[in-house]
Amino acid sequence: MPTKTVLAENVSIGFGRHTVVAEIDFSTDSGALVVLIGTNGSGKSTLLKTLAGMIKPLSGNALVLGAKPGTRVKNVGYLPQHPVSSHTLPLCVRDVVRMGRFADLGLFNRETTKDRELVKIALEKTGAAEFADKPLRDLSSGQQQRAHLAQVLARQAEVLLLDEPTAGLDINGRKLVADLIASERARGVTVVMATHELQDAENANTVMLLAQRVVSIGAPEVALRDEFLRECFGFTQPH
Amino acid sequence: MLDFFVRPFIDDQQLRLAFIASVLVAITCAVAGTFVVLRGLAFIGDALSHGVLPGIATAMLLSISPIVGAAVGAAVIMGGVGLVSRRYKVSADTAIGLMFVAMLSLGVIITSRSTNLEEDLDHILFGDSLAVHSTDLVWQIIALLLVCLIGFIARRPFLMMSVDDGLAQTSGFSVSLFHNLLLAMIGLTVISSFQTVGTLLVMGMLVAPAASAVMFARRISSMMLIASFIGIFASYLGLLISHHFNLAASATIVLITVLIFAICAVRFDLIKRRNLKIDELPHQHEHNHAH
Repeated sequence: MPTKTVLAENVSIGFGRHTVVAEIDFSTDSGALVVLIGTNGSGKSTLLKTLAGMIKPLSGNALVLGAKPGTRVKNVGYLPQHPVSSHTLPLCVRDVVRMGRFADLGLFNRETTKDRELVKIALEKTGAAEFADKPLRDLSSGQQQRAHLAQVLARQAEVLLLDEPTAGLDINGRKLVADLIASERARGVTVVMATHELQDAENANTVMLLAQRVVSIGAPEVALRDEFLRECFGFTQPH
Repeated sequence: MLDFFVRPFIDDQQLRLAFIASVLVAITCAVAGTFVVLRGLAFIGDALSHGVLPGIATAMLLSISPIVGAAVGAAVIMGGVGLVSRRYKVSADTAIGLMFVAMLSLGVIITSRSTNLEEDLDHILFGDSLAVHSTDLVWQIIALLLVCLIGFIARRPFLMMSVDDGLAQTSGFSVSLFHNLLLAMIGLTVISSFQTVGTLLVMGMLVAPAASAVMFARRISSMMLIASFIGIFASYLGLLISHHFNLAASATIVLITVLIFAICAVRFDLIKRRNLKIDELPHQHEHNHAH
């Protein structure tokens, strides 16, 4: 039986003594899409940070690619919710994307042709190639988001943890993200994504509704039932 | 013309020595200052520059090298800030503020115990580039090489931490390790520079050239290069002005770096406004067509 790419068994997440969400149980296989939906402060970002190894789980057993979160950094890509203090940084887009290779390169390895090729492919996939040599701080928030997505893709990870990847993007940008996720899944990448948008859950294998607890979890048609949505948001989807 | 701008550096050996020392300080501060500005560490840099005072004063009382005393002072303030913020759950800037005033007060108390040291206090705080010895240059060159070595080895985590600590952490770099290494680099810069520009004024060299450079640079390496040029130019101009008008050399150098920052800021603002106007032009054009 193949190892689960992401596994959470009775995991509680939070900060210090403060539990944000308790008793999380789920697992995913290669190529799966898990969508975390909830209001602000519901625990979506905390769960992603826990899986990325930035926060230790308060209890329970969490494994990413069969190891403790934060161990297999080369194989896990994480896109934070609001990346980059872009108003001050003197970086062009290509430099931002090159950072996606640093986990592989470590401190001393030199950038190879393969690294440069992966950066180029990531720039092209995200449509960021046309402004690759422009300073990041001169770009719109949507263009900056594309640069950060390209950075995550350049890592060639097996698991992608994306915190609101469509934030600040227009309709075309949102479609681009959906297409990128589909193409990454097609090559066996597991994607765990946090979002506010219910439509992002359409193609998910698993949807988790969060409201400082797990309200529902399962296939979209199960997890997004009206009673769960009402419990989570106080309203239901228009039919 | 040549007599005014170049002759003093040819005729006056001490001025020449001061210029070489200031150039070394300018380059060291440009490398460390780039990360100080990008990571927003100006306050801890300021605290470090003041925190070395009791170390230097004690070393002078004990007749040992002030550099050793400065290193101990820097280590105490870095350790103290870490300990206070971790153990007592106060924010980092509160911990820095507490350590900063504690060390500065301690320094003043120690110097007040000795008449000789009181006279040296000005020299420690404001430096005296015209009193630099050739042995100081050797130490400054070593410090410059060490700062460049640290900057080169840790360039990837330092760059990522300037963007976001999480990015560095999820790429396998220990944020606490590299943050402490960065603080050590700033401490080394302060220690190596205090003889030339003093512990108070070193902050100007650390922050002003890098803050000017960040407005125009497109890469971290070019930011360091521009900051170095600004620091070197300010050193030359500051020494020249202080020589001709009999002013305090170190303070003149630092004031010029800040003036350069002000000029860069105004220029940057003008460029931004011009670019905004250019961006608006096509819209106005479309608007006219619509009518």
